[in-house]
Parts: sequence; structure tokens; C-alpha cells
Amino acid sequence: MERVDNSVDNSGGGPGDSPALGGVLCGIVISSILMLHSIHDLYDELERKRVMLTFQGPLSAELISALLGAMERRMEGIEQDPRIRRRVFNVVMECLQNLFHHNNNRIVQGGRTMSTDEPHGVVMIAQTTQGYQVLTGNFMAEGDVERLKGHLDRINSLPPEQLRELYRETLANGTYSAKGGGGLGMIDIARKSGGKLEYGFVPYDKDNAFFSLNVNVTN
Amino acid sequence: MSALLLEGTPKTPTVNFDPETGFLELKGRSIPENSIDFYKPLIDWLDKYGRSPRPKTALHVQLEYFNTSSSKCILDLFKKLEGVRATGNEVTVLWHYEADDEDMLEAGEDYAGIINIPFKMIQIEEVDGGEA
Repeated sequence: MERVDNSVDNSGGGPGDSPALGGVLCGIVISSILMLHSIHDLYDELERKRVMLTFQGPLSAELISALLGAMERRMEGIEQDPRIRRRVFNVVMECLQNLFHHNNNRIVQGGRTMSTDEPHGVVMIAQTTQGYQVLTGNFMAEGDVERLKGHLDRINSLPPEQLRELYRETLANGTYSAKGGGGLGMIDIARKSGGKLEYGFVPYDKDNAFFSLNVNVTN
Repeated sequence: MSALLLEGTPKTPTVNFDPETGFLELKGRSIPENSIDFYKPLIDWLDKYGRSPRPKTALHVQLEYFNTSSSKCILDLFKKLEGVRATGNEVTVLWHYEADDEDMLEAGEDYAGIINIPFKMIQIEEVDGGEA
């Protein structure tokens, strides 16, 4: 194809420009050694932080099933208490489904957001001294930030019994969200967590913000 | 009308709705991404069943996990059965939960507090559901 010819022109050097070519090859070798080091560093860091599972990229229903299956198997080997196992599974499931549904399908490239065909997100599940933490992040519409923030602040202000009451009211009020949950997801996550929902919004541009959520499930 | 039989999957429950006996069963896991798609045929079936129900209907719910997307759909099933009860038929929900699963017991109590049908809470050893 034409592309092959063009790539020669785009390389910048003319034919027989061997010093430049040598430089490129050398660069590849150095960068691959750096990458080999960084994957080892990444492994060390994930081990040190007791990360059980982490993923960044496009999300699909099949992928969510695979991540849940992997989590369930890991939890069986780590956690003796079936109540904690179930709570962590529940929180991970709701968090992943939140990522999947409440996502404005954007990614960052070169410091700017751009739209994609699929929902994208990042998830990290780690052991902590008190239990487990489930961290998720995704892009959302800047216009929805205030509403979500209000929802999370309200949930965080309620003691367990009132949180249960809010769950019942929301369940009973008969309204559906487009995806069926009708605003129950975060309430359920907070109930299963037993702690406060830690969150943050990073504004990217006038239309998009990055939403981060940290859910602790304590023993 | 014919029975509604659906085999369970890692994300959806086994369904066994028998119009001849009034025995209805929902068992396993209900964690699909889009619960409305899954529950629509169940709601429609109950709608039809409600026109000529058995004098006694018992819905056995034995779930290991359900997501919040399913929880409103499950409420809709109960509401259909509330309608069956309102026309003078006996309807019971038998809510099964594992002995150490207080969260599942609470979830049943939450429904019982919203829906006008007698709930029986039944403690069991282990829910035999599909693997995720």
C-alpha cells in the first residue's frame, strides 16, 4: 500500500542515513529496558499495595463478568468470613456496573479528552489493614457533577438506619432510571461498605470531569 | 397458559413459574447489566397469570446475589402478586436467606415493608446458585 512508501518520507532521514537509523534502534533498546524495569516496578508496587485486581480500559458486560469471576476466586482464597466476601462482591459488582452505565464514553489522549465507542474506566481492588478498598474512576458529564455530589453527600450524612430508610423509599417510589437502578446503586454501596464514600471530581474541560470513588469494606 | 422456565446463568436466576400449581420460583443470581430486559417476560407472564390465578400462589425467592438494577424489577414482580392477592387469592412470598447472610434477610424485610403480601423468612444452609 501507499503507506509503506510514505513512512520512509515521514521518518525524516533520507536513504543511507545510517547514524540516524542507529540512533533509533538504540533508542528502542533503551526504552524496552526501561519498560522491562517499569513492569517489574509495577509488579512490586502492586504487591506492596496488596492490589488484588486492577484494570484500565474499555468495559463490556463480558469483561465485568470476567472481573467479578476473578475477584470471587481471589476472595475465596483470602477471606474466611463469608459475610465480608459477599459484601466485597456486592460492592465490586455495583461499582463496575456504575462504571459501565454512568459513563460518558471518554478517554484522555495527549492530555485532552476524546470520545470513544465504549465506556472506559479504571478499577483497583486492594486489601487494607481494616479490610478491602474498591477504587473506581471514570469520565462523566460536567453537568451531572453537582447532582451526583449532592447524592453522595446526602448518603454520607446518614446513619445506617436512615440509610436503610432512604433505600426503602427510593425502592418504593416506583421511578426507574434509564438502566433500572433508579438511584439505588450508591445507597447500596454505602450500606454494604458500612463506611463513608470517599469521592473526588477532577474537572478536565468545560464538558467533562473525572469522577473517583473509594469504597472501604471493613471487617 | 404454559409454564415459564428459564435456566440460570452466572448473571441471571433460574426461573420456574408453574401456572397449574401456583408454584413460582426465582433462584440463583440476579446481576445482569440490564435487568429490565431480563424481567420483562416475567412481569408479562405474571400479568397473564393474574387473570386466572390458582387460589394459592407461592413465590419462592432464593437469591445468592442481586444487584440494584434487579431490585426494582423484583419489586415489580411482587406488585403483580399484590394484585393477585387483592382479588381474593392467597399469595405468599417465601424469602430464603443463608444463615449468616443478614444483608439478604434485611433485603427481604425491606420488600416486606413495602409490599402488602405476607413474607415468610426462611433460613437455609447454602444457596445453590451459579458461579460468576
